Amino acid sequence: MKTLDTLRTTMRRDQVWEIMVPKTGLELDISHGTILYLEDISVTFDGFRAIDRLNLYIDAGELRCIIGPNGAGKTTMMDIITGKTRPDTGTAWFGQTIDLLRLSEPEIASVGIGRKFQKPTVFEHHSVMENLELAMAADKRVWPTLVARLTPEQHARIDAVLETIGLQAHRARRAGALSHGQKQWLEIGMLLMQDPHLLLVDEPVAGMTHQEMDRTAELLKSLAGRHTVVVVEHDMDFVRSIANKVTVLHQGSVLAEGTMDEVQNDARVIEVYLGGDEGH
Amino acid sequence: MPTRLLRSPLSALRLWLLVALALCAFAQAALAGSAELEQGIALIKTNKYDQVEEGVTLVASSRDPRAVGLLAALQDSDLYLRKADGRLFIATRSDAGYDLIDPLTQAPAGTAGKRDLKRIRINNRLRSQLRTAVATLNLTHPEASVRLAAVNEMLDRLDADSLALLRDLAGDEKNAEVRAGMTAAIALADLNADEPARRIEALDQLEGNLHPAVQGGIQRLLDREQDEAVRATAERVLEGLQFKRDLYGFAETLFFGLSLGSVLVLAAIGLAITFGVMGVINMAHGELIMLGAYTTYIVQQLMPEHIGLALFLAIPAAFVVSGAVGILIERGVIRFLYGRPLETLLATFGISLILQQLVRTLISPQNVPVANPDWMSGSWQINSVLSLTMNRMYIIAFCLIVFTALYLVMRRTSLGLQVRAVSQNRAMARAMGVRSARVDALTFGLGSGIAGVAGVALSQLTNVGPNLGQSYIIDSFMVVVFGGVGNLWGTLVAGMSLGVVNKILEPWAGAVLAKILVLIFIILFIQKRPRGLFPQKGRAAEG
Amino acid sequence: MRLGTLHLDRGGQIFLALLALTTLLVPILNLAVPADSPLHVSTFTVTLLGKYLTYALLAIAVDLVWGYLGILSLGHGAFFALGGYAMGMYLMRQIGDRGVYGNPELPDFMVFLNWQELPWFWHGFDMFWFAALMVMLVPGALAFVFGWLAFRSRVTGVYLSIITQALTYALMLAFFRNEMGFGGNNGLTDFKDLLGFDLQSDATRIGLFIASALAVAGGYLACRTIVTSKLGRVTVAIRDAESRTRFIGYRVERFKLWVFTFSAVLAGIAGALYVPQVGIINPGEFSPINSIEIVVWVAIGGRATLYGAVLGALLVNYGKTYLTGVMPDAWLFALGGLFVLVTLLLPQGIAGLLRRKEATA
Repeated sequence: MKTLDTLRTTMRRDQVWEIMVPKTGLELDISHGTILYLEDISVTFDGFRAIDRLNLYIDAGELRCIIGPNGAGKTTMMDIITGKTRPDTGTAWFGQTIDLLRLSEPEIASVGIGRKFQKPTVFEHHSVMENLELAMAADKRVWPTLVARLTPEQHARIDAVLETIGLQAHRARRAGALSHGQKQWLEIGMLLMQDPHLLLVDEPVAGMTHQEMDRTAELLKSLAGRHTVVVVEHDMDFVRSIANKVTVLHQGSVLAEGTMDEVQNDARVIEVYLGGDEGH
Repeated sequence: MPTRLLRSPLSALRLWLLVALALCAFAQAALAGSAELEQGIALIKTNKYDQVEEGVTLVASSRDPRAVGLLAALQDSDLYLRKADGRLFIATRSDAGYDLIDPLTQAPAGTAGKRDLKRIRINNRLRSQLRTAVATLNLTHPEASVRLAAVNEMLDRLDADSLALLRDLAGDEKNAEVRAGMTAAIALADLNADEPARRIEALDQLEGNLHPAVQGGIQRLLDREQDEAVRATAERVLEGLQFKRDLYGFAETLFFGLSLGSVLVLAAIGLAITFGVMGVINMAHGELIMLGAYTTYIVQQLMPEHIGLALFLAIPAAFVVSGAVGILIERGVIRFLYGRPLETLLATFGISLILQQLVRTLISPQNVPVANPDWMSGSWQINSVLSLTMNRMYIIAFCLIVFTALYLVMRRTSLGLQVRAVSQNRAMARAMGVRSARVDALTFGLGSGIAGVAGVALSQLTNVGPNLGQSYIIDSFMVVVFGGVGNLWGTLVAGMSLGVVNKILEPWAGAVLAKILVLIFIILFIQKRPRGLFPQKGRAAEG
Repeated sequence: MRLGTLHLDRGGQIFLALLALTTLLVPILNLAVPADSPLHVSTFTVTLLGKYLTYALLAIAVDLVWGYLGILSLGHGAFFALGGYAMGMYLMRQIGDRGVYGNPELPDFMVFLNWQELPWFWHGFDMFWFAALMVMLVPGALAFVFGWLAFRSRVTGVYLSIITQALTYALMLAFFRNEMGFGGNNGLTDFKDLLGFDLQSDATRIGLFIASALAVAGGYLACRTIVTSKLGRVTVAIRDAESRTRFIGYRVERFKLWVFTFSAVLAGIAGALYVPQVGIINPGEFSPINSIEIVVWVAIGGRATLYGAVLGALLVNYGKTYLTGVMPDAWLFALGGLFVLVTLLLPQGIAGLLRRKEATA
C-alpha cells in the first residue's frame, strides 16, 4: 500500500506529466451488490480537514440521503467521487474494478456517474433541448461530436425526458431564461440523459415550491432501483419523504447511519445536528 | 632597462639617495632632492629621448612631492615647452589655444597659442619608465588609496631599486591593505630568488592574493620551475586562486542577477497588488511605470541644479501621479468590469495605448534624458576581482525598501486589512462594513503608485521613452504569475530567482537567448503548477 | 456543405454575398476599366483589399477560439507570422540567383552573414507544395504542442492569455536573432515571383486577391460548420461552464486542443496569403501588440459572431489606414479609445448592436 500511495502522489492528476498512468478496467462490476466504496479518505485544505478518514459504502440500486451540518464535508465528498478533488489518502472504487482516483472527470462521467450541482449549472446560452442533447449518453470524442446528428431514437429520448421534467413547453427556450426551479429540473433532466449508474444529487429541492418538491421526490424514488441515487439535502421533510437509509456526516466522517427514525434518535446526532430547530 | 640604468653612475647616485630618503630626515632629503629636480628638468627640456629618460630618472629620485605632477603630465603627453623662454608648462586645450599650468606649483600661468608651445615627446620606453616612476613616487603619498593604487601599478614589474624601497616601506606601512599589497609585490619578486625554500616561502605569502599579476607571476614560475616541491606548492596556490576567482565570479553573477531581479520585482510589485490581490488585469501597468519615469524627468527639469534632490522628490511625486492616474482608471473604467477579467484586459490595454500616445504628443516621441546624480555612479571595489557598481547596489536596496514598505502597508494598516478582506470575500467584507468601492479605488491607487515609484528607479537604469512600459509589462506578469498570484513574497522570490537565472544563463546563451529560455521555462512551469511557486491554498482557491 | 450551415445566419449570408460581389467586381474594375475612369480600382487598392481579407480570416480564427471556446489568445499573431514565414521562405528560394549577391542557393542575408550552406530547415521550401504544407503544419504543430501542455494542466482564463502572450514574445525575440536563420531584424523581403508569376504584375495581384477572398469564404464556412454542429455547442458549453461540461463526460482539453489547433492553421493560411501581398515578413509581426490588435477587431465587430469578426477586421483596418494617412498621431488615441468604449458600452460589438436593432424593429 505504501508504495502505491507514493506512486499515487507522484502521479497526481493535477500535477501533469502523468501520461503513463495505466487506466484500470472501465466495465462496472457490481457483483457484490455494492456500487461505491469510499475507504479511509482524508482531504486537507490549508490545514483544515474537510474529510477525515471517511468510510462509506453505497449499495447498488439504493436511494441514500446524506445529511449533515454545513462544513460536514458533503460537497467535498461529491467532489472526490466525481474527480474534482483528489484526496490526500484513501481509496475510492466504483464497483469492483474501477478506481475512481485514477480517472479524470469526463472519464468518471463516462463510466456512469452523473452529478447535479448544488448551484444549478446549466448551459445558459443553449436552449433546453440543446442542454439535454449535450448531456445525452453518446460518443463524446471530438470528431464524432462534429459529425453527430440526432437520430429519431435520440429525439424520442429527449422528448421523453422533457416530459418527465415537465419542460416540453420550454424546449426551445434559452436555459438562462428559466426560473430557478426549472433550472433544477433541467439539471436533473440532464442527469437522466446521461443515463448513469450512480446519480449524485446535491440539494435538488433548494428554491422549489412544495408541489415541485413532491414531484422531485416522486422522480428520485422512481429512479432508485434501476439507478443508484445519492442525495445530499438540508430539507428534513424532503429527506424523510424519500429516504430509506440516511447517513449523517459530521466533521468529515460518518457520525451515524440508518433509517430516518434511527438517526433521529441517535444521541450524538441530536447533539450536533438535529438538536437545533431543524429536526422535529 | 632598469638594470642598464643601475650600472650608470647616475643610478648609483639614485640608489644611494633612495636609501638615504628612507633613513634620513625629510628636510635633508628635500634639500638634496631639489638640486636633482632642477637638473632633471633641465634634461627633460632638451626633448631628446635619451636625455629625457635620464631627466625622468633624476626627477623621480629627487623624491620631491612636486615631481609627481610633472611626471604624470609628461606621461599623459601634456607637458609642453614654451619656445619664448624655454620653460615647461602643463597645457590643456581651451577656446583660446592652451591654458598653461606651472608643473611644479600647479598654479595657473596664463594661456598660449599653439605655435608658442612645443610638446615634450615620449616613446613607449619612456612611458613605461614614467609609469613606474610615478607609482614609486606615489608610494609615499599621504592618501592610502593612492599608495595602494601605486603598489598595484608596480606589482609585476619591480626593479631592484623599487623593490628595495618597498621592503623598507612595507614595515612602516600603517594601512593593512596597502601593506598586504606591498608584501605581495615583494613576494612576487622573491619568486625569482635562487633558493627553492625562499621561492616556496614567497608562494605561501601569495596564497589567496587575487591581484591579476599574481596569477601571471606564478604561471610564469611554473613554466620555468624545475624543483618539484616548488612546483607542487605553485600548483596548489594557483588552484586555490582559481577557486577563489570562480567564487568571486559567481558572487558577481549573483549580484548582477539580484540587481536584475530587483528591477523585475520593482516592475512587478505594483502588479502583484492590482493583479495579485484584486485580480484586475491591468495592461496599462507598464504605462504607470512610464509615468513615474517621466515624472522624474519633469521634476529634474524643474530643478536642474539639484539632480540628486530632484530624484528624492520624484519618488513621492511619481507615487502621487501614477496613483492618481490609477484611481482615475479604476473609477472610470475598471469598476464597471469587475468579474470580467478578459474585458478588463482589453480596456486597460486601450488605456495603455492612450497613455503612450499622450506622452508622445505632450512631451516628445523621442526618449528624454534623465540625469543620474554623482553618487549613483562609481563602484565599490571589494577586491581586484569583485567590484559592485553603486547604481546596482542602490537598486537592490531600493527594491527591498519598497517591498518592505508595501508589505507593512498590507500587513499592518487598516487599509491592508480591508484590502485582504475584500479580496477574500467581497460580500462578507461589505457586510462587515468595509466600503468596498473605496477600498478598490485605494488599492488600485496603491498598486499604481508603486508602479510609479518603480518608474523613478527605472529612469536611472534605462532609456525613458514612450515605450518604456511595454518592455516591462510581459516580464511583470511573468513574475507575478510565476510567484503565485496574491502573494507578495512569491513576487519577491520569483523576481529575484528569475533575475539570477537569467544572469547565470547569459554567459553561455547570450542575453536574448537567456531571456527566451526563461520565458519558455515559465510557460512550462505554469503548465506544471498553474498557481505559481507559492499558490494560495484552500477551498476558495479550488473554485 | 450542408444546408444547415448558413441557415439562420443572416449576417453570414449578407457577408458572403458581398464578398462574392466584390470578388467579381474588383478584378473587372481593375483590369477592364480604363485607369482614368472614376470607376477604376487601382492595383494598390486591390492589394489593400487583399490584405484586409487576410486580416478578416485571421479575425475569424481568433473569434473561433475566443468567441466560441472562451480562450482569449493573445498569441495568434504568432501563428499568422509563422504561416507568413513559411510562405516567405518559399518566396526567398524563388528569387534564386536574382538576389544582390547572385547566389543561386543561399538567400542574400545568408551570404551577407557569410553562411556556407543552407540550414536544414530551409530545405524543401523551394517546392510550393512543401511550403504550402508547412504554412499549415508549423502553426498547427506549435498550437498543438502548446495547447496539449496548457489545456491538460487546465491553465485557463487570464493565465492562458498571458502565456500565449509570452509565447509570441519569446518567438519575436528568437526571430530577431540572426542566428535563427530567418533574416533577423530585416526578415524576408525582396520577393520576385510566386509559382512563376511576377509578384509586381496586376494579374498576380488580382490572383492573390481572389485567393484571399476564397480563403476567407472557405474559412468562414468551415468555422460556421463547426459552430453550428454539436461540436460547436460543446465548445460554447465549455466557454460558459467548463467544469460542468467535464462532468457530463466531455474531455474538455481535447475539444480545446483541436479547435485551437484548427484556428492556428487558419491563422497560418492568413499569414501565408498576407506575405506575398505586402512583400515582407519580419519579426515585428510577432510583437504582442499585433496579437492584441486582432482581439480588438473581434471585440469591436462582435464576439461569437463570425461575420462580426470579419466586420471588425475590415472596419478597424480601414480606419487605421485612413487615420494613419490623415493624422498619424490620432491612430493610437482612436484605437485605445475604441477599446475602452467598446468593452464598456458595446460588449456585444457592432454585430450585437445590429442584432438589437433587428430585434426591436
